[in-house]
Amino acid sequence: MTLQEKYKPIIDAAQQGGAIGLQVVEKNGVLHIAGEVPSGDIKDKLWSVYESIDPEFRAGDLILDVNAAVNEGGKVKVITESSNLNIRKGPGTDQPIVGKAAKDEIITLISKSNEQWWLVRTNDGEQGYCYAQYLEPID
Amino acid sequence: MKKNVSMLALVIALAFAFSGCTPKDADIQKNVQNVISSNPDAVGVSVNVEKQVAILTGEVKDVATSEAVAAAAQGVKGVKSVVNSITITPVPVVEINENDTLLTTQLTDALKDNPTVSFVVKDGIVTLTGEIKKGNLAKLIQKVQALNPAKVENNLTIK
Repeated sequence: MTLQEKYKPIIDAAQQGGAIGLQVVEKNGVLHIAGEVPSGDIKDKLWSVYESIDPEFRAGDLILDVNAAVNEGGKVKVITESSNLNIRKGPGTDQPIVGKAAKDEIITLISKSNEQWWLVRTNDGEQGYCYAQYLEPID
Repeated sequence: MKKNVSMLALVIALAFAFSGCTPKDADIQKNVQNVISSNPDAVGVSVNVEKQVAILTGEVKDVATSEAVAAAAQGVKGVKSVVNSITITPVPVVEINENDTLLTTQLTDALKDNPTVSFVVKDGIVTLTGEIKKGNLAKLIQKVQALNPAKVENNLTIK
């Protein structure tokens, strides 16, 4: 079975979910699926399909890099497990903390020019960089 | 009457003679296909020749290849004109992150909240060791794969 066949349910779910610019490329025995889906729910769906195929993520033959679409100026939700999310002066954990956002708090995305660190503003007006993987776009 | 018959035979013979001077579409098509086959970027292109018009169809990665194929087809003997119906389909480009220095910085950030997890990066391959709770595994893998490394080797002990 080829990797494309093995992970077809993920590709299908992405396409049904309205993925934009979906790219499926195989390189050195690893399938890379990249693109953008309209919402965090669809991204979660893809990951649950992935988990059903490879429950402990041990196969090492897939990189699923599909992000939920979000517009600058739009709202994002803090999705840390329990703790507050640090807001930092610059993009990096070596940067000083300038504020915090609570779990489930909804804040404003200002810029995602740095892929890993998004510039945000809280409702209190605190502004700085947060780790993008802890932010989920909301409609 | 007999004269008419011989006239008709002559006309038919002449018709055959003239058609013999112009290359047959099938032969032209074969020659064009050979020319196309010599271009490794043009494997997705087919040709159909009708009345010495070469109709090119299929997919290539860029305009330059499409134009090169059309020009080559035009140069084949017997081709009067070329209809270029080749479509351009850019090769999907996934930017695989194989910069170990960058990945190390990014992973330090990504795994800040997972102190029980260690990583090694080599040639874009991320190897994860240490331990993690089952409930946190998917989120962790998601954070690592979002960096789009060449590969993720998960050697974590799942608690």
